[in-house]
Parts: sequence; structure tokens; C-alpha cells
Amino acid sequence: MPTPLTADIRPDRSYLDVRAYEAAGGYQGLRKALGASPQDVQQTVIKSGLRGRGGAGFPTGQKWSFVPMDDTAGHRYVVVNADEKEPGTMKDRLLLEGNTHQLIEGTIIAAWAVKADIAYIFLRREYTAAARNIEKAIAEAYQRGYLGKGILGSSWGLEMRLHLSAGRYMCGEETGLLNALEGRRAIPRNKPPFPQVSGLWGRPTVVNNVETLSNVPHILREGPDWYKTLSASPDAGTKIYGVSGKVKKPGLWELPMGTTLREIIYEHAGGMADGLSLRGLIPGGASTDFLTADQLDVKMDFDSVAKAGSRLGTGTVVVLDHRTCPIGMLLSLEKFFARESCGWCTPCREGLPWVARILQALEDGTGEQRDIEILEQHGRLLGPGRTFCALAPGAVEPLQSALRLFREDFDAHVRQKRCPFK
Amino acid sequence: MLSEKERQLIEAETRHHEQKRGAVSEALMILQESRGWVSSEAISDVAEALGMTVEEVDGIATFYDLVFRSPVGKHVIMVCDSVSCFVMGEQRISDHLRTRLGVEMGGTTADGMFTLIPVGCLGACDRGPALLVDGEIHEDITPERADEIIARCRKESDAHTAHG
Repeated sequence: MPTPLTADIRPDRSYLDVRAYEAAGGYQGLRKALGASPQDVQQTVIKSGLRGRGGAGFPTGQKWSFVPMDDTAGHRYVVVNADEKEPGTMKDRLLLEGNTHQLIEGTIIAAWAVKADIAYIFLRREYTAAARNIEKAIAEAYQRGYLGKGILGSSWGLEMRLHLSAGRYMCGEETGLLNALEGRRAIPRNKPPFPQVSGLWGRPTVVNNVETLSNVPHILREGPDWYKTLSASPDAGTKIYGVSGKVKKPGLWELPMGTTLREIIYEHAGGMADGLSLRGLIPGGASTDFLTADQLDVKMDFDSVAKAGSRLGTGTVVVLDHRTCPIGMLLSLEKFFARESCGWCTPCREGLPWVARILQALEDGTGEQRDIEILEQHGRLLGPGRTFCALAPGAVEPLQSALRLFREDFDAHVRQKRCPFK
Repeated sequence: MLSEKERQLIEAETRHHEQKRGAVSEALMILQESRGWVSSEAISDVAEALGMTVEEVDGIATFYDLVFRSPVGKHVIMVCDSVSCFVMGEQRISDHLRTRLGVEMGGTTADGMFTLIPVGCLGACDRGPALLVDGEIHEDITPERADEIIARCRKESDAHTAHG
């Protein structure tokens, strides 16, 4: 079973330098891309079926195709979204640390596909090992002629810079990220105009996730048909899945897209830790709906997880065992969202702290029956269409599903005036 | 007022942006690095250097987790309290650190050595609970490991004082 993204990553994630990367076939995808037109590269990625791995699952090639190719009156940008901060998600860190050149190559190919001349890697400052590796990889890529003027003898040039962000979840939201790069508060922008038309400094800009771009060199090198064969579902390629929580072997694995939750949790993560049983899980980071233990045959691809009532999100699972309080877990999630809300939209700014306070009250034994109704109302008040970005709608996905699936736990907290798990 | 070195570092950053203001978060971190935290004077210095208003710069400084707008201890311990670490027992680590250091979350020890702050997901979910200590991520934290980290920080500071 091929694992193109992770095959060359060493167990200690030590830096894979440019020679080691080239010896494993690195930068051949870029050579192929430069032998084709930008539009052809876009078509290749469209044909491959690659969908964005940041959580939303938008088709990558299609995203690129919205860039107006005739608007060359100024800079054009590609931005790598390496601001991974979705709770429960640690997959991009693996790729950033363990195979840095793969991301650099994917970014250069994406830049060629939209004729960009400047690329930024927007990295959270907390990922210090990743930052060191990216600095090395960019320097090596310049030395080898993969960056700078006249790349590999062509007339096209690209400059690449690492930007270290000072820490905020909102910077991972595409338009918030662009505001942050412009030296503004990372509040979301209205869409349209979409960043592809008017992004960084008002210029055409493509923002892609780390895992998404890490797929691109392989698609160019081996072709879109090969890429589709990697998958166990209609969504192409492999996916880096993760499991955290009380399982025997928490970790990350690159598997065919569409691998079942059962295989991920019981084969790769070794099943639940001794004495614990699985009660539920969030399949793809903090902003996805809870699923339950009777949904383990769900395939982890975008459409299958959506049909099961949740989202693939980042594909990193957090498990809820029968000894952990679901309301406590939900409180941790909502405290995060309340803290990270940028404050731009009233429902999110005011609603999320309210939700967190109620959940805290339930945990403290001071919650009332009426509080549960207020939580239910917030599921609607913070849902899609009421705020500029997806932070609040994402925050209420675990809330609404927890109210549906763990209702007896909410009631027990009110009835017993304490957390029954403590 | 900016020192010559601070001015040079900030200017070097502005060259990588379309407009000077693009370097505002870097400028704030440069001053924090040299001065320990970002005071109101530092905010004015950055505003002047980048042609922004004081309010704009403060709005950005207060937005970021890693920009300290009040004085912090020599060592900053940030505890990940996001979902995976919560499930793995973050509460136990937070309680231990609070007791051991004798401060609440957000507080600084009386000797000015440690500041304790909660932080959102550090991307160490498969190896939680996790801490960010002086900018470096530490994983698989137990109360014992937390004590070791505290001891190491103290030792570093002692060595620094001895040499300084």
C-alpha cells in the first residue's frame, strides 16, 4: 500500500535534506510541471480529484482555476496555511517537520499553476522544529535553483518566505490569515471577492493547507490516474489520519482515503486502553459533530462522514471513553472556541462565552434544566449564515450533536447537581 | 525609543512585505525578545516605525497569544488545555503546576521566575498532555516531568545569573 506523503519520513522526524529528498524522487514533479503550461498543471490537479485537506474539502485544482490568469499588473501570491491549531489535529506538523521539501515542492508547483511570484509559508510560531526545517529547506531550494529567478532554466521566478505567526486560531481562517499577513487583526473578510481574485494586498492569492500541497508533487510525478488508485473511496489519494485520547497507541497514519473508523481506531491505534470502552468520537478536529460507537463502519472520506452526520474535517479523531465526561469534553472544546473568537461577529463573540459558562455551571453542579434549552438555542443562533466565518458554526457542531447523543448526561448533571464522572 | 539593533531588525522584516505594516507581528516579537514583554512604550515604538496608529498596533498586540502585554516571568509555561490534552488529564497537570508554583493561571511567581498561562492546541494531541515552555513544545507530561522542567528552568537561570 503506497504512502507517498510519509514513506520518507524518519521515525524521529529528523530533517530530510535536499539530497535525500531528491534521491527519493523529489523535485521531479516540479520538472514535469515546468514542462507543461500553468493551465495544464491546473487540469492535472483537477483530474486527480485532490480535495483540500485543511477541513473544508474544496477541490484544489478548481480553487486554482478561479485565479484570473490575465491579471499580471502586480504581484500574485501563494500562501501555505501552516497555522494548524484545530484542537485534536497534529497532522501538518508531521509533514512540516518530517518532509519539508515535499511541501516546498508542492508550493512551487502551485505557484507555477497560478503564475505567482511570491509564496509565504504562514506557520504558527509554536512549531519551532518545523520553523528550523523550513528555513533550511528554503535556503537549499534557492541553492539548487528551485527558487529565485529563472527556476530550472525557465523565465519564471518565485520568492519564498517563512512567516511566523504569533498565535491565534483565527489566523488559520483563510481570509483572517490574509489580514494577519497584511499586519491587521485576523478578522474574516467578506466573500466575494474571493482571495483568488482579490487576496493579499488586493492581489490574486491562493491559500492551501500543508497536507494538500504535500500531495501535489506526487500527482505531477505519477499522474492523476495513479493518484486515484491510492484511495478506497470516490475521494482520491491517501489521507493522514490520527487518533488521540485513551487508545493503546495514539498516533498518525497515512492510509487510503476512505479507510473506516474501525480500522483506524482498532487496527492502527490498537483499540481502547485497558478497561475502557469507546463511547463516541469527534472524527476530524474540534469543529466536527460527535459520532457514536455504533458508527465505526463509516468510511473516513468527505462524503461518507457527511452522510453519517458529521464532517471529515482534518481527519484526526479524538475518542471519548466511557469514563470521561462528555460534558467536560464539550466544555474543553467550547472554552477553546470562546477564547479564540475574534469578536468581529456578535453571535460568536457573545454566544460562545455564554455556552462555555453554562457548560462550566453544569460541571460545577449549578446548572439548571433551562440551561439545556439555552444551549439548544445557541445551536441555532450560532449556526451557518449568521457570522462572517465558520468558527461559530464549527463550534456548535460538537454542541448540537452532544445534546442529541449524550442528553442523559446533561440531565444527570442537572438532577444530581454535580458531575457524575468526578 | 528603539535601540539601533531593534530598528535594524524591524527594518529587515519590513523589506519582505508589500507595505511596512505587514511586519507588525514580527516587530512586536522583536521587541518582546529584547525587552521581555510588550509595554505601551513598545507599542508606540512599533507604531512610529511602521507608520501605524498606536490603537492599531495595540489591537494586534492584544490579539496574539504569544505577545505579552504585561510583564511575565523569566520562564513562561503554557499548558495546552484543548480537547485531546483534556481527555489525557490536563487538569491534573494544571493543578499540579498551580500548587507547585503557587500561582493561578495567568499569574507570575513572586520571585519573577515563572508565568503560568493556558494555551490552545499545540499539535501534540497524540502525546498529550503537552506544555509550551519558553517557546518549545514538551510532550507526554506527568507531574514528575513537569517538576523536571521547572528544575531545569531554575538551573538555567542560576547559571545565567552566575555568568552574568
